[in-house]
Amino acid sequence: MLRLPFKSRTFRGGVHPYDNKEHTRYLKIEELPAPKTMIFPVSQHIGVDSQVVVGVGDSVKVGQLIAKQDGFVSANQHSSVSGVVAAIAPRLHPNGKYVNSIVIENDEKYEVFDGIKPNKPVSELSKDEIIKIVSDAGIVGMGGATFPTHVKLSPPPGKKIDYVIINGAECEPYLTSDHRVMLEDAELLLTGCKALMKALDAPECIIAVESNKKDAIRVIEESILYRKEDSIRVAKLKTKYPQGAEKQIIFAVCGREVPPGGLPADVGVIVNNVDTCAAVARAITTGMPLITRIVTVSGSAMSNKRNFKVRIGTPIKDVIEGAGGFKEEPVKVILGGPMMGIAVYSLDVPVIKGTGAVLALTDDDIGKKVSTNCTRCGKCVQVCPMRLMPTIIDRYCDRFDPEMLEKYNIFDCIECGACTFICPARKDPLQKIRVAKGKITAIKKAKKEEKR
Amino acid sequence: MDRMLRVGAPPHIFTKDSTALIMQDVIIALLPALLAGVYIFGYRAALLTLIAVASAVAFEHLWNVALKKQTTVYDLSAVVSGMLLAFNLPASAPWWIAVVGSFFMIIIVKMCFGGLGQNFLNPALGARAFLVASWPGIMTNYVNPGAKLLPVLSPDAVSSATPLSGEVPVDYISLLLGNVGGCIGETSKIALLIGLAYLLVRRIITWHTPVAFVGTVALLSWIFGGDGYFSGDWLFHILSGGLFLGAFFMATDYSTTPVTQKGAFVFGVGCGILTVIIRLAGGYPEGVSYSILLMNVASPIIERLTAPKRFGKGGLKNA
Repeated sequence: MLRLPFKSRTFRGGVHPYDNKEHTRYLKIEELPAPKTMIFPVSQHIGVDSQVVVGVGDSVKVGQLIAKQDGFVSANQHSSVSGVVAAIAPRLHPNGKYVNSIVIENDEKYEVFDGIKPNKPVSELSKDEIIKIVSDAGIVGMGGATFPTHVKLSPPPGKKIDYVIINGAECEPYLTSDHRVMLEDAELLLTGCKALMKALDAPECIIAVESNKKDAIRVIEESILYRKEDSIRVAKLKTKYPQGAEKQIIFAVCGREVPPGGLPADVGVIVNNVDTCAAVARAITTGMPLITRIVTVSGSAMSNKRNFKVRIGTPIKDVIEGAGGFKEEPVKVILGGPMMGIAVYSLDVPVIKGTGAVLALTDDDIGKKVSTNCTRCGKCVQVCPMRLMPTIIDRYCDRFDPEMLEKYNIFDCIECGACTFICPARKDPLQKIRVAKGKITAIKKAKKEEKR
Repeated sequence: MDRMLRVGAPPHIFTKDSTALIMQDVIIALLPALLAGVYIFGYRAALLTLIAVASAVAFEHLWNVALKKQTTVYDLSAVVSGMLLAFNLPASAPWWIAVVGSFFMIIIVKMCFGGLGQNFLNPALGARAFLVASWPGIMTNYVNPGAKLLPVLSPDAVSSATPLSGEVPVDYISLLLGNVGGCIGETSKIALLIGLAYLLVRRIITWHTPVAFVGTVALLSWIFGGDGYFSGDWLFHILSGGLFLGAFFMATDYSTTPVTQKGAFVFGVGCGILTVIIRLAGGYPEGVSYSILLMNVASPIIERLTAPKRFGKGGLKNA
């Protein structure tokens, strides 16, 4: 049985960055008009790149398949506008590389593709039908990790799933997109919960929300009561970063620890983001694949802050213009939250499935960086949600000692950045850990190949 | 936008905390004890502290200049070290003791091992051990409160004993207020407690080491400190000597103590045990500084043994 202490649940460690959510948390989701040119990279998810199925000059409609999934761990891509394929060529991707992309000229007619029609209600769909709908709709984890959702919905045989956790923690500062979805689309969310539970044969679903979103908790609880959903509950979590990290949210909600290198399914849990859950529901009720997502536009350099419903493929410069442009020159523009998001050097990159926010930050937001020696204050050890010792790992990274690094469990690191955030000496243990992880993996790979 | 934006690895935001701010807080926490020292022992205490701080900062700066490195004095750690060194000197000490002590502290104990955070011994205590071994007469020439030492350059004070040597009877109130013989910063327990409260409130240190250290000394001196078992005067033991100064400001030094909270507790207990052994069975009346130095050496192993339990190895808690 689940323990139910009805106080805010949490994990050991974590940090409390100022959340900056007050700018956008009360703003309704607005639809952002799509620009003339839309960019769809073939890689918007973890896994194999999708295969392009349209050619230059083809006309496409809203919701039409433009790149299909290649293998199991991959995802379909659909056009979010109607128009003509202008080019299939490498374009700048949020990850900083040039990735093969489908460029579509928007004709602004938004004609819907013929194949789009509502499915049967969830209660009449079978398990496999739901997974097929999710897979066809190209849904991936929209919290930022972009892991294909149909893969998550197909746990290894023999693994029984006890709980579906809907991740509404949204622990990253500035972000309010999940918050607004919970407030404005609670009904849809519950439909998504039912679908996910059915797909996984899970008896219970828990929507986990941080305690700074009490209004969302209330709205969801009311909808649950209204719809008499006995198997869905809301869990209030302590407001703390990284409360929304997969392993931490599982521990907070049901007291289970995912073993090192293991998957949530190993402890009978599957975690899905709020926006992902809503996308699943939308794919079932309307038949429309994943072509929009909610994006928070915020940061001190923005003239206006917004929660936008953005058609995937919209270049971020158009998102920023849609919110009134910059008030002052930003120092960094970040896709995603400030703790784990990616800083981009150009505004030509498109919004992809995992882009939860566009933040334009100034020096005030970022803070000055004057680094000193590590004083061994131990703050990083206290805040590490994976119970690692970043300061010691940092020293072994400096002299690169793979044996000791593995002894100190460097591969357990979830790269949340709490250690780097808290460091008074402004050291960056996380970056060194990333580099060392890469090096060790390369060495291991080389050794394996030698043996062959 | 023509210009490329700045990129960098996440996280993109940082805490406002910094090394210099932490050191600044420690300095603030040390001020009550300094004021008490000056009140009790006269302006000479202030002068010695000033000399120690100035020379500590100067030596650190000179080291950086000599090695063509960017100066590190702005992190304020040398100021903290200088203050702590002065707090460990009797007010009658001549000015050059502070300078020689600062040299040993900054150059030998701290900078030779790589500077801030890299030293394995507490700098101030390392220097104190060096001074006690080299000039035992000067370093144990404790003076009575109110002796109003004049002039600075030729100390000629009425020497006294630390209450721990057991030669002078003292009452608890005097011990608490600091109206007894001893080093500059160690006598006023009230002032040190105010400093501790400030450090705890500002979250510079955690309660683990001070509580473990003082608690262990109280417990062990109660058990073994008297004529029979369980009859020791534990209150006298924790209120006399440098225990509070050591437990609040030296045993909580970041560089030389374990980074884990569990480890910090073990460290405090270890310090407590060694202190009581030295006080009751050793040749010195005071054991706080040596106990901390000995535990400093043991701190890496404590740290390794108290490493936090790996996430995911707790198994299914309620499967």
